[in-house]
Amino acid sequence: MIYIALLVVGMLGAGIAACLLRDLLAAVVAAAAVSLILSGFFYLLQAPDVAMAEAAIGAGLTTAIFVIAIRKTGRHEE
Amino acid sequence: MRVFGEVLIGIGTAFLFLGGLGIFRLLDVYNRLQAGTKCTTLGAFSTIIGVGFVHPAWMLKAIVIGVFILLTNPISAHALARASYRNGIPLWEGSVVDRCREFEECSRLPKEGE
Amino acid sequence: MIWLVFFSFIAAGIALSLARAGLGPTTPDRVVGVDGTVTITIALMVLLASFFDRQIYLDVALVYAVLGFIGVLAVARYLERGV
Repeated sequence: MIYIALLVVGMLGAGIAACLLRDLLAAVVAAAAVSLILSGFFYLLQAPDVAMAEAAIGAGLTTAIFVIAIRKTGRHEE
Repeated sequence: MRVFGEVLIGIGTAFLFLGGLGIFRLLDVYNRLQAGTKCTTLGAFSTIIGVGFVHPAWMLKAIVIGVFILLTNPISAHALARASYRNGIPLWEGSVVDRCREFEECSRLPKEGE
Repeated sequence: MIWLVFFSFIAAGIALSLARAGLGPTTPDRVVGVDGTVTITIALMVLLASFFDRQIYLDVALVYAVLGFIGVLAVARYLERGV
């Protein structure tokens, strides 16, 4: 039970950090952490196929596409 | 066989805890990379092979996962260390030796179009 | 009983790595924290597959081991003016 609470606290902290950080590269890293913990949740809820899709999309694809978008625009907000 | 696998899992989880502790406690990016790569690679590999010994029918898939970890983890660590050095992230002020500074092509960012 | 020891070690490792990812002063520090968390999570997934005794759970760990380093590699190439 305490492990579930730890996962919830980590996911909330990473999500709030992804919203609040001004450095967009750090925000992308925080979003990757959110995706990682969400995949762990799907795993614990006994849905391994959903966890597999979340791992492939969240860990690899989303981070790479966001980094390419930051490359085209700018790294710091305001 | 099962006891041997559980001993391997125990060694691996202890190394994973030490790797997390090193990532949290050490003083600059390079020391953290060292702890976070070596300890967690050994720990994850030992844990996975231990699970393969506990369930002998899973041994092949466990070896595949372990080999992928052994291949991909040093690649990402090396790329990250080189990128942070070339971006001028400072070493800890008590560091003794810095061989990379003596070579110009090692310590600068690549120019546009390279 | 012995599983409690294993899971406590791994939970402590994940908590410390995630704390570094939250605290880290520079962006490479955060990436190091997330990278360590990914590796520890792969070991946790394999261990949980042994705990629940279902072989299908190993495939999630396999996908993570193959694809987990692409994010770190993308951030590193960005810092090096690559991508």
